[in-house]
Amino acid sequence: MSEAYFRVESGALGSEENFLSLDDILMSHEKLPVRMETAMPRLGAFFLERSGGAETDNAVPQGLALLPRLECSGVIWLTVVLTSQAQVILPSQPPAWLRLQGSKLELPLWLAKGLFDNKRRILSVELPKIYQEGWRTVFSADANVVDLHKIGPHFYGFGSQLLHFDSPENADISQSLLQTFIGRFRRIMDSSQNAYNEDTSALVARLDEMERGLFQTGQKGLNDFQCWEKGQASQITVSTLVQNYKKRKFTDMED
Amino acid sequence: MFCEKATELVRELHRAPEGQLPAFNEDGLRQVLEEMKALYEQNQSDVNEAKSGGRSDLIPTIKFRHCSLLRNRRCTVAYLYDRLLRIRALRWEYGSILPNALRFHMSAEEMEWFNNYKKSLATYMRSLGGREGLDITQDMKPPKSLYIEVRCLKDYGEFEVDDGTSVLLKKNSQHFLPRWKCEQLIRQGVLEHILS
Repeated sequence: MSEAYFRVESGALGSEENFLSLDDILMSHEKLPVRMETAMPRLGAFFLERSGGAETDNAVPQGLALLPRLECSGVIWLTVVLTSQAQVILPSQPPAWLRLQGSKLELPLWLAKGLFDNKRRILSVELPKIYQEGWRTVFSADANVVDLHKIGPHFYGFGSQLLHFDSPENADISQSLLQTFIGRFRRIMDSSQNAYNEDTSALVARLDEMERGLFQTGQKGLNDFQCWEKGQASQITVSTLVQNYKKRKFTDMED
Repeated sequence: MFCEKATELVRELHRAPEGQLPAFNEDGLRQVLEEMKALYEQNQSDVNEAKSGGRSDLIPTIKFRHCSLLRNRRCTVAYLYDRLLRIRALRWEYGSILPNALRFHMSAEEMEWFNNYKKSLATYMRSLGGREGLDITQDMKPPKSLYIEVRCLKDYGEFEVDDGTSVLLKKNSQHFLPRWKCEQLIRQGVLEHILS
């Protein structure tokens, strides 16, 4: 890790995200289910969505269209399903896409937050499965066995920001988040403080992003302490940044 | 969905291992700005229509586009700011003179920012510690002695010490040199500090 690079920390666990934090931007890109309460005319080209999950495949070109996951009781938008080799064949004048009341979509958090208001005029938010009653009992039973990386790499941050949507279950959600963390924290602390100079991929595999950050901090503390114990604390070292650049130059030359 | 390109910019930066500066994605930035322009123009015409034509049903659409504009702005600002943080770290870790490979990764404005930062730092350092100033980029770890033992890791050439004598830095040669002269070279990987 570079000693002089101080990135903007995530604020998602507090009341508001940090505007400049890259972690928060990626966290708020995750989707949640919403219900449209009103129509949105003229957004005809809206559903140019990627195939598969939202987090894969940045290399997929923009013009990839897919059947939207809609249960709309009205105009059916017959989209053309394409592969990445073909060109997009959209009609030159996209029809007005009427999002009728009651249709359910998945929108990213930033969009849901922007369009949400107290009177729920444009949309109303539903809780994702993992924050609902069923999963909450799973977490309360044993929080340690759950693979938080798989069910949503930003479990705590996303959950904390969900509280903005004034769901009646807010108190339970926040309690559940807290208790889950309390249940898992001991193991994280233990493993980060005792895994010295070994491959830690098995230990971090089931942690979400926030927990991984915690693990890394613990590892750094451990490494610094060991370095001090060995008497290397006063040894001037090559800056890690320089080392990484040198390694990269080497691989560039090999290409 | 709008703002995909902007999110990709952020992801690219997030993926770079801690502190490293990837190449400036001029193309990506241009695409984001074009998308913002298109959204803004669509919103302008819709706002006029909503006001004069009384079409209040367009308001959710306008709000949608506005959210996308704000999101694009946030992503680009965060992208540029994080790059500046990384460039700032370069001054502290690499020193005043950057290798060419790194310079190609920066845009012209970022280079200018780097030069201004260097100047501000130098002015500040000169203002400390009496007449000569104080180099605060030195002694990042508390020093234990005035002179240190170093081994050369690669051929560097002649190196002049304070009292005029010069030392030839050849690979694997060892020297006993004043700490403040070698610190920069050690951080750059030319010398290696040997603990006794």
